Amino acid sequence: MAEIVSLADAIARSVHDGDTVAMEGFTHLIPHAAGHEVIRQGRRELTLVRMTPDVIYDQMIGAGCARKLVFSWGGNPGVGSLHRFRDAIEHSWPVPLELEEHSHAGMANRYVAGASGLPFAVLRGYRGTGLDGRAANTVTNISDIACPFTGETLTAVAALRPDVTVIHAQRADREGNVQLWGITGVQKEAVLAAARSVVTVEEIVDALDPRPGAVVLPAWAVGYVAVAPGGAHPSYALDYTARDNDFYIAWDAISRDRARFGRWLDEHVYAGAVR
Amino acid sequence: MTGPGYSAGEMMTVTAAQALREARTCFVGIGLPSEAANLARATHTPGLVLIYESGTIGARPGRLPLSIGDGILAQTADTVVSVPEIFNYWLQPGRIDVGFLGAAQIDRFGNINTTVIGTDYAEPKVRLPGAGGAPEIAASCREVIVIVRQTRRTFVERVDFVTSVGFGDGPGSRQRLGLAGAGPQKVITDLGVLEPDPQTCELMLTAAYPGVSVPDISEQTGWALRVAPDLRELPPPCPAELAVLRGLRATLPDTDGAAGQGAAS
Repeated sequence: MAEIVSLADAIARSVHDGDTVAMEGFTHLIPHAAGHEVIRQGRRELTLVRMTPDVIYDQMIGAGCARKLVFSWGGNPGVGSLHRFRDAIEHSWPVPLELEEHSHAGMANRYVAGASGLPFAVLRGYRGTGLDGRAANTVTNISDIACPFTGETLTAVAALRPDVTVIHAQRADREGNVQLWGITGVQKEAVLAAARSVVTVEEIVDALDPRPGAVVLPAWAVGYVAVAPGGAHPSYALDYTARDNDFYIAWDAISRDRARFGRWLDEHVYAGAVR
Repeated sequence: MTGPGYSAGEMMTVTAAQALREARTCFVGIGLPSEAANLARATHTPGLVLIYESGTIGARPGRLPLSIGDGILAQTADTVVSVPEIFNYWLQPGRIDVGFLGAAQIDRFGNINTTVIGTDYAEPKVRLPGAGGAPEIAASCREVIVIVRQTRRTFVERVDFVTSVGFGDGPGSRQRLGLAGAGPQKVITDLGVLEPDPQTCELMLTAAYPGVSVPDISEQTGWALRVAPDLRELPPPCPAELAVLRGLRATLPDTDGAAGQGAAS
C-alpha cells in the first residue's frame, strides 16, 4: 500500500547502492527532482535503466551514480549529444560506464514482460542489426526464438525487473492512488515490473476526477508517493508545467565542461534546491 | 550550392515533403523528418496522419515540435497511446505507410548507423545516441524514406554499425531476415535523391537539384555512385512552399547543436 512520505525518505528507503533503478517518463513527466535526490544521497554503482537517458541520466552519470546503463536512445532531445554520457563512455569519467543497448521496441517489450510476470517478451525486432546479439560486445538479453505454431523466427527479449522504478505523475489522492495523463510512455509497465516504486507528484488532491486517456495506478500497486511540485523540470507535467526548452539548450554548454558541470551540481543539486 | 532565393537545406525539406504525397500515415522522427512531414501536412497533403513514437497518433502541431514528447503533439492528437502500444499494435503489424528516418551514416545498401562511429564498438570514435525506434521502423513500415545531408563521411561503402537495416548485404537480405516492409525507397539529401536499383538494391542517383552536377554528388559519396539512365533535375521549390517552411522554422528556438539523430529523441 502506498505510503505518502517526503522525497528524501522515499529515495532513502527505496534506492540503495548497487540497485537496478528505472526512472521513466518518455520526454514528459521525467522525474528530475527524484534524480537529484539520488545524487544528493550519494548513491553509487547503480544500474540505470531508461529508454531515453536524456538530461536526467546525464546528470546522474556525471555525478558518478552509475556503473551500467541499459537504454535505447541517449541524446539531448532536439539539441544534440549528452556530454556527461559520452565522457563516461569515451573517457571513463568520472567512472567507467558499461552499456547494454536496445531499441525502443525492445525496451518497451522488456518492461511489458516484467509487468506481466513473464521471463521474456516476443517481438519482430533487431533482426539483421548490430544489436541482435550476434555482433561482438553488444550481446545481451536478446535472442532468436522459433514460433511454436509456425516455426517462424522471431526475437525474444528478457524481462526487465528493476529493483525500483521512479516516475513523476500529475497527482495522487490521499490514499496514494496515482493519476497521470498526456504522454504516459512506459511508466505503468515500469512500475508494475519493479520490486519497489516511488512516484513523485505535482500535488495531492482529495479526489481524482477522471481525465481523458489517464493512467491510474492504484495505491496498492505503488510503494511511496512524494510531493515534488515542478519535479519534472526541465521536462513538464501536462496541465501543470511547461517544458523548459531553454534549459535543454543551455544544458549543452553546462554539460560540455567537467568543471562547469561540477559547479552546476553544487549550485542546483547539492545545495538542496530542487530547481 | 544554393540556387537563387533558397538554400540546399530548404530544397531537401521541400523534396522530402513532396515524397509524402501518396502517403496516408507517416511514422515521424524528430529533426529533419518532422520538419518535412509537417510541411507536407501544411501544404499539399493535409490529411497526412503523423505518428510519433511517444504514442501520439494523428498529431496536428501548429508549430514544429522540439522533441517527440512535445506537449503540442499530445494536445492535438487523435489519440495518445502508451509506448508499448505504439510499437506493438501500430508499427509492428505494418499498418504505417512511411517511416521517415535520419542517419549519421548510410551505406550503398541503405543500411543506417546511429550508434557509433568507428568499427570498435567498445572504443568508438564518436558515441551517437543509439537506436531509438529506428530498427523496427526500418523493418516494419511499408516503406522508408531517409533524409540526410550528403557528405563522404555520411555516405559510406559500409556503415560502421548496422543500427537499422536497409537492404542488408543486397538482394534477398530483407526476405531472409523476415523484414516485412519494402525498406528504403528514397534517400533525400541536400544534393539530390537516391533510390535503390530494383535488381541490385544499391542506392543510385535518380534526381539532382537545380545547379548541382553529377560529379558534385559523386564527390560527396563514399562509393562509386551509379547514376540512373533517366536522371532528372528537380524543379526549384515554389515560393508558397518556401514561405510555409520558413514560417514553420521560425517557430523553433535556436540551437547550436545538430537536430536529433534518427527517428528517436
